Amino acid sequence: MKKLLILVLMIFAFFSTAVLAQSLFPNIPKATGNEHPQGNEFMRINHMDMLRHERDMTMREGIRDVDNSLAQCISCHVVKGTDSKPVTIESEEHFCRVCHDFAAVKLDCFSCHNSVPEEGLKTSFKHPDANGSLNAVMAYLEETAK
Amino acid sequence: MERIKYSELRSTPKLWSLLAILVGFVGAAALTVLYIEHHGHIVTGMNNQIVWGLPHVFAIFLIVAASGALNVSSIGSVFGKQAYKPTARLSSLLAMALLMGGLAVLVLDLGRVDRLIIAMVKYNFKSIFAWNILLYTGFLVIVAIYLYAQMARGVHSFALKAAGITAFLWRLALTTGTGSIFGWLVARQGYDAAIMAPMFIAMSFSFGLAMFMLVMIGTCTMTNRRYAVELRTRQARLLGLFVAVVLYFTAVQHLSNLYVAEHNGFERFILLEGGIYTWLFWLGQVFFGGIVPLTLLFHPKLDVKKGLVVLAALLVVLGGLVQLYVIIIAGQAYPLEIFPGYDVSSSFSDGVINQYSPSYLELILGLGGVALALAITIIGMKILRILPVNLSDDNVDITQV
Amino acid sequence: MTKEKGANIHRRDFLKSGAALASVTLASGVTLMAMGQGVAAGANPNVRWGLLIDANKCPSDCSACISACSNEHGWEDNGLPTDPQWIRKITLKDKNTGHENTLPLMCQHCEKPPCVDVCPTGASFKRADGIVLVDRHICIGCRYCMMACPFKARSFVHEKVKGQKTSSPRGKGTVEGCNMCVHKLDKGEGTTACVTACSATGNNAMIFGDLNDPSSDISLALTNYPSVELRDDLRLNLGVRYLNI
Repeated sequence: MKKLLILVLMIFAFFSTAVLAQSLFPNIPKATGNEHPQGNEFMRINHMDMLRHERDMTMREGIRDVDNSLAQCISCHVVKGTDSKPVTIESEEHFCRVCHDFAAVKLDCFSCHNSVPEEGLKTSFKHPDANGSLNAVMAYLEETAK
Repeated sequence: MERIKYSELRSTPKLWSLLAILVGFVGAAALTVLYIEHHGHIVTGMNNQIVWGLPHVFAIFLIVAASGALNVSSIGSVFGKQAYKPTARLSSLLAMALLMGGLAVLVLDLGRVDRLIIAMVKYNFKSIFAWNILLYTGFLVIVAIYLYAQMARGVHSFALKAAGITAFLWRLALTTGTGSIFGWLVARQGYDAAIMAPMFIAMSFSFGLAMFMLVMIGTCTMTNRRYAVELRTRQARLLGLFVAVVLYFTAVQHLSNLYVAEHNGFERFILLEGGIYTWLFWLGQVFFGGIVPLTLLFHPKLDVKKGLVVLAALLVVLGGLVQLYVIIIAGQAYPLEIFPGYDVSSSFSDGVINQYSPSYLELILGLGGVALALAITIIGMKILRILPVNLSDDNVDITQV
Repeated sequence: MTKEKGANIHRRDFLKSGAALASVTLASGVTLMAMGQGVAAGANPNVRWGLLIDANKCPSDCSACISACSNEHGWEDNGLPTDPQWIRKITLKDKNTGHENTLPLMCQHCEKPPCVDVCPTGASFKRADGIVLVDRHICIGCRYCMMACPFKARSFVHEKVKGQKTSSPRGKGTVEGCNMCVHKLDKGEGTTACVTACSATGNNAMIFGDLNDPSSDISLALTNYPSVELRDDLRLNLGVRYLNI
């Protein structure tokens, strides 16, 4: 009897969290462009480290062939408002804010960076196929060595 | 002659009301910080020409005074003047409190207060500013240990002396660092002078002792404690000596500038044609902040007239604030000489005296720092045995003053 | 997951180092775009970017360089003392002769920049190619660099900024100044917005180039004409030089 009660309670708990999850978890806006080759889960966990790494390379060393620049994130993950214009970080709909508000993590990027893609600025960005691009550079290196 | 006894301040309505007023000032300053943080420095009187304003005047005054407030302790345990020892605990506590007040103002005026942690973890060791961060935090730690050594039972006199000497040397380094913030600014006519470092040390002696005497006299009056007249008078005369030394350094600073043709323009600005700054210099800093207190402090009836000591110390404090205002603001108001020999003009205030009118927000922030320092001091005296209860003339060894 | 991440960062680092290696073998200032993925060299330590400004060719009524800079970087000067000015026109009048001259003044990109020396966090820094920048990720807004700069080249952002240029982020509470259009240089454009604008007016008062390359236009001009650096008494070895002051 005791075991049964526990089982019932557990089943109840399971379903209630599932329901809660549906209603409380952030509704992450869909992005345009290709998928991340590393997968969304990887990006959710590592995006801050990747951005920080590239930021220091760009800022300090002037290396701008970055795979993961903030501008690239913003260009694919743009969310359009009711006026069909991209929403800024001041809107709760903004891609970054959806999760950051949920997780209550302060977002400092947009005190300096623009939170919407610049009009007329083309980002010809393709998510690199990780192995492909490594091979490409190796091939290029070999070619220049000749 | 009795043994000196120390006790915590007693809870009295007077004490709590004073604390409430101070907390009110601190609260107002906190709201001001939030307001400035939200809107940006546009709401202050600062601009792209006067980048350090009134908050820096208060912050640097408090930091300079902090190291000077430690004098009484140093004279007691480093220079062996036994008579100063009963007041040494307050001296150490006040030094820490003033530094905390000053640092609070300094960091709360940063453009990015929220990034304070970066200042703690990223150091550019060529920057005197970065050195100062270490000097300030180190000072707090060392003086805390020093205060413990002063208060704890059974601390060996050698250990006390070692702590005292460390704190004394550290505070000299600290004020050298603070003075060098300005002394090493080669670009500006008003700074770029090695004399800044020793002058700041002299200023710290003077402002710090003045703050100490005001707090000591104020607390003793409020709580009906004795402050031996002989000791008070000796300390006041010492303050007079420090005031004279500050005047001396000020004179040397300006005389050596006058000798160098390159700096004549700046001297003409400060000494003759600077409008408000010339008035502040002569009337505020030199006359009311220097000559008047000097005269008062060597008044023959100083021992019977406590009011004269209070007035003199108040004038030294106000004169000190004025002196820092002249150093910091007038130093920035005078235009940079990028093109010697030319009359210069531009849309960015080149070649003209830069305008600055401090806002009330900056004043509230600065006063908040003073209030914070005083509140910490009072709370410290309330919970620790800082002040002596029987510091009467009978209990002071005058031969050791 | 941690392992995967570590491996990934490592691979990316390898990509960068490979790219940098590849580009060193090519001529300076040339940017490589390899196999659909941008592979740029980064700041080249063998290069020192500089500007040469001929005051005689700079008409007093022209402000093309200033509006170009303002457009490129998104700063606005509305005449308030709190507004930023990355570049400004200075009018000089000789005290003895009354001769008047104008010239643009901006960050002089010193070899030994006082702003870098005084910055407590290291936010003020000099890139390998001699460009002096503010890393606004770690700038705490203490404004000591503005106190130390002999040229008033830096501005403090007094208000919230909106609609920044993607290539030129700027924000409230930090310090900013001329960055020699570093985003353009890194893309291999080899010039700055002000110089482009100056040439477009036909005045050609500004030359941009590599001071370390003896065959560059700027080096040749510096060899052939008597130039000056501002505040040469400070021995800062500036990246910006002037003719005919």
